[in-house]
Amino acid sequence: MVEMTYRDALKAGLREEMLRDERVFILGEDVGKNWGGAFKVTKGLAEEFGDARVRDTPISENTIVGAAVGASITGLIPVAEIMFGDLITLAMDQVCNQAAKMRYMFGGQTSVPIVIRTVFGGGKNIASHHSQSLEAWFMHTPGLKVAVPAFASDVKGLIKTAIRDPNPVLFAEHKLVYDRKEDVPDEEYTIPFGEAKIRREGADVTLWGTMFMLHKALAVAEELHKEGISVEVIDPRTLVPLDKQTLIESVKKTGRLVLVTEETKTLATTAEIAAMVQEEGFDWLDAPIKRVNAPDTPVPFSPPLEQFFIPDEKRIAQAVRDVV
Amino acid sequence: MPTDKKTLKELYTRTLKVRLFEEEVWELFGQNLVPGTLHLYLGEEAVAAGVTTALKKSDWIQSTHRGHGHVVAKGADMKAALAELLGKKTGSCKGKGGSMHITQFDVGVLGATGVVASGLPIAVGAALSCQMRGTKDVVACFFGDGASNNGTFGESLNMSAIWKLPLIWVVENNFYAMGTPIKLTCPSQSIAQRAEGYCIPSKVVDGNNAVEVYEATVEAVERARAGDGPTLIECQTYRMKGHSRFDPAKYRPKEEAEYWLSRDPVDIIKKLAIEQGALTEAQAEKIREKLLKEVKRAADFAVKSDFPEPEEALEDVYAEVA
Repeated sequence: MVEMTYRDALKAGLREEMLRDERVFILGEDVGKNWGGAFKVTKGLAEEFGDARVRDTPISENTIVGAAVGASITGLIPVAEIMFGDLITLAMDQVCNQAAKMRYMFGGQTSVPIVIRTVFGGGKNIASHHSQSLEAWFMHTPGLKVAVPAFASDVKGLIKTAIRDPNPVLFAEHKLVYDRKEDVPDEEYTIPFGEAKIRREGADVTLWGTMFMLHKALAVAEELHKEGISVEVIDPRTLVPLDKQTLIESVKKTGRLVLVTEETKTLATTAEIAAMVQEEGFDWLDAPIKRVNAPDTPVPFSPPLEQFFIPDEKRIAQAVRDVV
Repeated sequence: MPTDKKTLKELYTRTLKVRLFEEEVWELFGQNLVPGTLHLYLGEEAVAAGVTTALKKSDWIQSTHRGHGHVVAKGADMKAALAELLGKKTGSCKGKGGSMHITQFDVGVLGATGVVASGLPIAVGAALSCQMRGTKDVVACFFGDGASNNGTFGESLNMSAIWKLPLIWVVENNFYAMGTPIKLTCPSQSIAQRAEGYCIPSKVVDGNNAVEVYEATVEAVERARAGDGPTLIECQTYRMKGHSRFDPAKYRPKEEAEYWLSRDPVDIIKKLAIEQGALTEAQAEKIREKLLKEVKRAADFAVKSDFPEPEEALEDVYAEVA
């Protein structure tokens, strides 16, 4: 084990895959030598692998993803970086109409092994065009896989799995977790998609969440422990494929479920999870499922506004108390 | 170098093959055997024939919603192509794609796309792949005049130019984006003029003359294989029929339509080939009979093939993880 930041763990995973397989390359805006990625994830990789394999692009999101698609169906494994998740709106045709559907509409003649890395979430006061959490759009698009790693030890194993997957993977990072440090195995490892991780065991309430909200959920679980409430925290790690079983098993044990993500509430991933659990686990529920999400507004700029918008520990804790 | 006799004969054969294929599609459509819509390539055959004759089998093409001609000219199996149009299990896409996604990957078709202008970025990626993998293969990307008004046109031409990609941008300018005439959508005299802003050499050719298209493509392919980057070829052509299945194209001025319809791509290449001594009238007829038989056999196969089982709708969403 070695202690490293989420950023460095992610970079280590990318680097290992680039060393392992020369077909892997990175493209995106400012990923190369001058900048090393807006969040510095690719810093140093262009120096090691050259400008061709760590390729700066013009500001052309749709063509960045489309070029990744074209390269992938002809023998390469591209990792495309979209600087902010909000900007993926400019590439939706290539992500959702091409990458996600090519294998299907061509009857299995090809597959599209690309990874699209992008960054979601608020907390940096950068307003409505740089702070959204849009993962539900991609969960709603058959043909895509969606990874939402929140921990350094996961991000390394999951990026390697994403790169080796023959399907297009939307790899969603959160801008507040890059600097978080954690022990990361230093040996070679991958983490399979579709396997949730129980971050904390508990008996009274299941708390399911993603990305930065998981860190808040764990703090809440610790706090509530002092009040005598035992909270089990589940991290799905990937939304597609989704590990339903770990969640249902937990609900069987606790009988209570709270869902928390940073998305605006209407049709958030929490809505799908709530619907799934009532369809497949209704008999074990002892209380209505609670959802903690952002309000249905754009992400605001000013600190007090943004703090109000993003779910905080207080709201999460209250939701848990409400169901016990 | 003028086009040699063997190539003239090949150009005639390919142009005619696409024509006969599309005529068969139109006939099957008339019998109500083709579900959904159709964007026929009739009238534009010389573009696909001219471009693909200048390519190798290992080279790639990116197609469009009006893609039957591209795929057939690149060497697709016509049985699988027709079966796909009829929604059959034996179709090249197992009945999951149909007319707008008609694709045969193994003959070098990257795909046909139902979203106008969305093939251009994919062609950029395929050409980048050819370059990075060190193959000498090139990519020809077909798109229409309408697509040149979409943002990906600018993004993709730009990227192809900065990276000197082995790409041939083939504009099929048929002067109408569905029913909207180009004079309402494009301020420049030609689409080719737009390439100048990206420092991409370009040429306007008669898209109904397979020899002109072929010769321009040969030059572009040479440039691409030599590592000198992309070329844009604007092929001016015309749809013999409307935009899609029930469009009588009444918005086109009568004189304009008459002019273009008098310039049939099959007649033009046949005349040129005969004049150059590449073909005799009798040989041309023999080629027609042979192709027609092949097309009819393919149609017979398609009609007699089974539809997929309904549950097959659930297959091919994801590739198996190794």
